[in-house]
Amino acid sequence: MIHFDNVSKRYPGGHTGLSNVSFRIEPEEMVFLTGHSGAGKSTLLKLIGLLERSSGGQVHVNGRNLTRLKNRKIPYHRRDVGMIFQDHRLLHDRTVFDNVALPLVVSGLGHKEIGRRVRAALDKVGLLYKEKEPPATLSGGEQQRVGIARAVVSKPPLLLADEPTGNLDPDLSREIMDLFSQFNQVGVTLLIATHDIELINRMNKRILTLSKGTLTRDSQAEDPA
Amino acid sequence: MSARRLLNAPQIWLQRHAQVALASLGRLFNNSLGSFMTCAVIGIALALPIGLHVILNNLQSISGGWDSGASISLFLQQTVSDDQAASLAEKLRLHQRIEKVELVTKQAALAEFRRLSGFGEALEALDNNPLPALLVIQPKTDYTSAETAQLLVRELGLLPEADIVQLDLQWVRRLQAITVIAQRAVLVLATLLGLAVLLIIGNTIRLEIQNRQAEIEITKLIGATNAFIRRPFLYTGFWYGLFGGIIAWLMVAISVTLLRGPVANLASLYESAFDLSSLGWLNVISLLAASAVLGLVGSWLAVGKHLSAVEPS
Repeated sequence: MIHFDNVSKRYPGGHTGLSNVSFRIEPEEMVFLTGHSGAGKSTLLKLIGLLERSSGGQVHVNGRNLTRLKNRKIPYHRRDVGMIFQDHRLLHDRTVFDNVALPLVVSGLGHKEIGRRVRAALDKVGLLYKEKEPPATLSGGEQQRVGIARAVVSKPPLLLADEPTGNLDPDLSREIMDLFSQFNQVGVTLLIATHDIELINRMNKRILTLSKGTLTRDSQAEDPA
Repeated sequence: MSARRLLNAPQIWLQRHAQVALASLGRLFNNSLGSFMTCAVIGIALALPIGLHVILNNLQSISGGWDSGASISLFLQQTVSDDQAASLAEKLRLHQRIEKVELVTKQAALAEFRRLSGFGEALEALDNNPLPALLVIQPKTDYTSAETAQLLVRELGLLPEADIVQLDLQWVRRLQAITVIAQRAVLVLATLLGLAVLLIIGNTIRLEIQNRQAEIEITKLIGATNAFIRRPFLYTGFWYGLFGGIIAWLMVAISVTLLRGPVANLASLYESAFDLSSLGWLNVISLLAASAVLGLVGSWLAVGKHLSAVEPS
């Protein structure tokens, strides 16, 4: 599903985001990406969502070679990658329903189909009863669940999450992680960046650790399970 | 499912466009004061050349109408007697290009002069009448254009009895020449103000893009194509142009209505049935179409320049 081959990212001005990172994530895997802040977690996710392009090496995602993907093809790539952000990135001038519907509107689905799928996604995250509210009236945990519903509503094969529990208390964090596990069980590949070591240790999943832009540890390589 | 989606594709496309068009309209109404001011500025900019165009059209119809009223004054030689003048008048009445000949004899001229000038007693001192006889000639309506009237003037000037021939058409021709210059000026003005409208709309859309930067970034993250992101801004520009055009039309129509009374009054003083005309329906439709297209082009330019600068991070 994701294949990094000797990938580097240098920023203008000499700062190195990633250097020579190689790994492979198979379909239907659930993987955690960890490391200190500034270790390159966000950079790695941005390369997968093509928010940035690598400066060296090859990135393959979902059968696409991103290194060679033309700019005008980027929107179609992003539709196959659900992205979840620490700050939710919701549109505050629209209702919860409209926020979740956005990916379907963007890909040109019909009215009825959109309604059906949005309600299914909101039901999945337990927020169907809030569909008409503006996101600002929701708690942080609820807003994050709206963000998750938006990421999964178009049923992408791959989900990326950048510090999805960063602002949440342990109970809410656990709820979010349970939700991710459920998606994983129905075949979605997940890559979750977090520095919440306690949480990921409990999940007992594969962990990639970044340090200063290099991949320093892959739990699977040490302990194939 | 994909087959059904394909079948419905044109319908969904139309539905989507209608939705975006209505949504951008709703956005304008949500910020009604700001949108109204922008539309009003566009309206004023458009109303100026349109109003001048209406004034020019009316001027042209005035000068066209007064062509037919043009008459030729033929002053005869001092030596020509009233009898000779009368027989010349008879002769000219048969001329194929002449409608009417009015004779002002030397006697009549003197009497009128005496009455109007107040020099009665001074005239008594003269032993003979110093005034010439005058024929006021009305050309036939087929020959009232400036060129044919000029031909008639030349012909009359060749008569042995003729002294001075005056065509009261000079001012009409001058007015026509001025109108042509004014038309050019209106065209130049319209071009400049059209550019101003482009800039106004372009700038408004640029600010709108800035205000909605976060929204644009998020929709790009979700996989929106540039066309999808561009669409609401293009519709916004279209609406600005259209409403600006409607405001321009209303301003011109109201101005014409306000002027109609006084103009009719003035025309009646000149014993004319002249009626101030406003914009025809065809003109209104072209005005609205042109302003909508200006809006579309203005926003297209702004969107092309500023949208690509917004990339998610």
